[in-house]
Amino acid sequence: MRFGIVIFPGSNCDQDCFYVIKDVLKRPAKYIWHGDTDLSDFDSIILPGGFSYGDYLRTGSIARFSPVMKHIADFAKKGGTVIGICNGFQILLEAGLLPGVMLRNRDLHFICKHVYIKTENNHTRFTNFYNKDQILKIPIAHNEGNYYIDANGLEDLRNNNQIVFRYCSATGEVNDRYNPNGALDHIAGIMNKNGNVLGMMPHPERSSESELGSRDGYFIFKSVVKWLETKKHD
Amino acid sequence: MLKAEIYITLKKTVADPQGLTVKHALESLGYKDLADVRMGKMVVVKLNYEDKIRAKKEINEMCKKLLANPIIEEYRFKIEEERT
Repeated sequence: MRFGIVIFPGSNCDQDCFYVIKDVLKRPAKYIWHGDTDLSDFDSIILPGGFSYGDYLRTGSIARFSPVMKHIADFAKKGGTVIGICNGFQILLEAGLLPGVMLRNRDLHFICKHVYIKTENNHTRFTNFYNKDQILKIPIAHNEGNYYIDANGLEDLRNNNQIVFRYCSATGEVNDRYNPNGALDHIAGIMNKNGNVLGMMPHPERSSESELGSRDGYFIFKSVVKWLETKKHD
Repeated sequence: MLKAEIYITLKKTVADPQGLTVKHALESLGYKDLADVRMGKMVVVKLNYEDKIRAKKEINEMCKKLLANPIIEEYRFKIEEERT
């Protein structure tokens, strides 16, 4: 079982993801260059955070035209497991692998802090280690995390249980006060209809060891491993 | 040579916190009579040809594929001759 971590020009969470997979999760990890075209080696692909292509034009809008993205789209279409974190999420949105778009944060500030998110759907390959409504302490660091989608799109997300995480308080209240960036319906993470592509603004790779204040994010990677292993034995 | 000026703005239905902030700043300067302020981007593309019909078609494609995100943004453009 091999994890691939994509490096775009301007990615800066790639090494953190690599470290967590290799040294914390203890699974094989390999970098994927944005010009690479062969993904046959991988079971799961992570698009890490950062500022791909300097966030020029719109976040993720240039990265989606990298040669590797066409192959990631094929990989996803075949059911491959894809996780987009922060800028990785923004790229997945621009690439159309997830619905919606990111606007600038409500108060126009770059926000870098620990927040709480609630596990809205634990019947996914990304969250099978969590309980329903489990609250995770996890850091965010972004300027464009204000998720937006039109009314029909939102209805779709709700009806198909595609909303995986919502921002909340430490005790699980979901309201504007605990929504750091103004995201529609307090959305922190969504998946596609098939359930094999996850995008989330918070950083699980920065919350995978208790030394860093929380290891609540670790179990996202652990869930993927569990899912892949079960699948192998089916 | 042709020059296309492309204006990209957020759709009216999408909140524009940046525009709102600028509106407040203008109001604090004494301009109290403002209905709305919206922010956007302008992109200037110069084309190595003179065919305006082709230019219109290609600029339209560029906007759809890359320059604007149709979920939140709308665009308009004008194309004129550019003397070098």
